[in-house]
This record gives sequence, C-alpha cells and structure tokens, in this order.
Amino acid sequence: MDKLRKVIQVGWGILSNAYIKGFLPGSPVIFQGSLKQVCVPGMNCYSCPGALGSCPIGSMQAIFDNRDRGIGAYVIGYLALIGLFVGRMICAWLCLFGLIQELLYKIPVPKLTIPEKIDKPLRYLKYVMLFVMVFLLPFFYRSGYGAGEPFFCKYICPVGTLEGGIPLVLLNSVMRGALGWLFRWKFLLLILCVAASIFIYRPFCKYVCPLGAFYGLFQKVSLIRMRVDREKCVDCGTCAKTCKMNVDPHQTPNSNECIRCRECIRACPMHALLMNIGPGEVRMREQMQEQKE
Amino acid sequence: MKREAPLKVTIALIPLAIGLCALGIYRGEAAIVLAKAINICMECIGLG
Repeated sequence: MDKLRKVIQVGWGILSNAYIKGFLPGSPVIFQGSLKQVCVPGMNCYSCPGALGSCPIGSMQAIFDNRDRGIGAYVIGYLALIGLFVGRMICAWLCLFGLIQELLYKIPVPKLTIPEKIDKPLRYLKYVMLFVMVFLLPFFYRSGYGAGEPFFCKYICPVGTLEGGIPLVLLNSVMRGALGWLFRWKFLLLILCVAASIFIYRPFCKYVCPLGAFYGLFQKVSLIRMRVDREKCVDCGTCAKTCKMNVDPHQTPNSNECIRCRECIRACPMHALLMNIGPGEVRMREQMQEQKE
Repeated sequence: MKREAPLKVTIALIPLAIGLCALGIYRGEAAIVLAKAINICMECIGLG
C-alpha cells in the first residue's frame, strides 16, 4: 500500500472539510466564508457541513444555471490548469470520494471482474455525464419559471447525498421532515455506489465521474506524465495486472483512465515505469533507494 | 532524457487556461460560485 498517498488523501479530506461548527447539532450551518469561491480540485459537495471550498462540478452547473448564462470560464479554466499540470492525478491523491471508494474496496470479499466488452463502452458514460448532465442541460434547460437546474448534482451525484444530505438531515429535524422521492432516489444511487465499491475498484471514478472525465482529457498533454523505459521493459505484464483501473501502463502509459496512483511504478520489477515532472525525468524515491542497494 | 514534442502544447495551453480563469473571474463567475456555495444546495442534498 502506498502510505504516502493514503496520508495525503486523508489529510486533504480532513483539511478541506475542517469547518467543525457545521457538524454541531442544531440549525444547519455550513461554512459561508469567501474561501468558498475557490473550488477544491476533487469531488467534494459544497453543502457538506464541513466543506471549506466548492465542488468544481457543482460550481460549473451553478454558473450555467445563472440567468446571465455564465460561460463557465472560471471553473473550466481552473480545472484545465490543474489538468495541464497533473492530468488525472487529483483522482488518486486529492479526491475524498475516491478515498472512500478505495477504503470500501479493502473489505475482504471476492472481487468482481467486469468483462471488457461491458467495461470499455461503460467508461464512456462519464463523458455523457460531463457533456450532457453538467454542460448542456444546466446551460440550456429552463423551467416554466425560468429557473435552471444542476442536473448532475440533483439527479445523479452520490457525493452530495453522502457528504451533504445525510449529515444535514441527521443534524436537523426540520430537514428530516422535508425528505421526499428525490432523496430516496439519490440515497438508492449512493447505496448502489457503496455496494459496487466493495466489489469493483472505484466504480464511480471509472464509469460516472464527470470530473475524472474532464481531467482525463489532459492526460496526454499534462506536465506530469508516465513514461515507459523501453530498454528496461520486458513485457512481463506485471503493471497491467497491478492496475486496478484496468489500464495497461506499458502499452498506454497516459491513458485517460489512469489516475496516476503509482501502483504500477511500485510493482514493476524492472523499474521501467517512470513519472516525469517537467523536463527530464525524476525517479521515484523507492527506485533510487533500491538502486543504491 | 528528451521530452516528447507535446510539451510545447502544454506550455502554450497553460496561459490560455489562466486567461480563461481570469476571464471568468472578471465576468463575476467566482461571485456566482460563492453565492451558491454559502447556501445549502437543496438539489445537491436531495431535498429538491
């Protein structure tokens, strides 16, 4: 297990949801400071009682919902900047919901392997979520009252239910009285996601997450990139067997599906996989230590 | 070790991304995000 990654995941999850007052019983209070105009880089509902920043996907829809039809330049530019630096690395290192799925996957039960003929086409679902539920519908749809809707947040996102809905409903009796079909639907989606995460590695990330879809578009142009040292690679396939995102790193090192968790780098017996940061290459600390030995 | 050619693309895109972000802030989009985020999002939590 990559302890460094776990420490960063947990530390960031705590840091980005550190508004303790929001978790106190009584009237629901969420953080209302100006820091909330800044998006956190991963999926983290801004209605989580402890959230100190905004969810980028929720923020994008909020801008599109706006009567003046914001074009989303702020959030798209911000996410593009992150993507250009690290690609989809945020998913593995700074996403709280990704961490939750990983922890659920650690439950010791037999795991499911999704056949490739189902897995591959299903990976495109997250692009449908991104372009239809996050971009098109919030931008173009207006109800009879002229109001827009955050379609992904409202009808799909299990993160909002887990991080916002459940804590707020538990903390406030008035909200409990307002529960209806929408909460039951979203709670069902959350249960399905949680159950799937026990048997399948990061199912939300693989098949549904629009943020992962967006970051994935920058994998081949980001500053941080995976590289294969072809002189060292012996095609043993260890990297592909290790990868829980079902990527074959030695064939497609910068696949849109790679979350850059480094597990393949750590597993490669020939130290043929590298992660570039800027010009040249930087060997991972473990590989340097092994070489010295 | 040489970098692949697309690094130039990355370097060219970074100021564009910064510019896009700045344009959004200039258009008041950060204020829209703040206005949304400081109120409980009833849709997000499943209350309609």
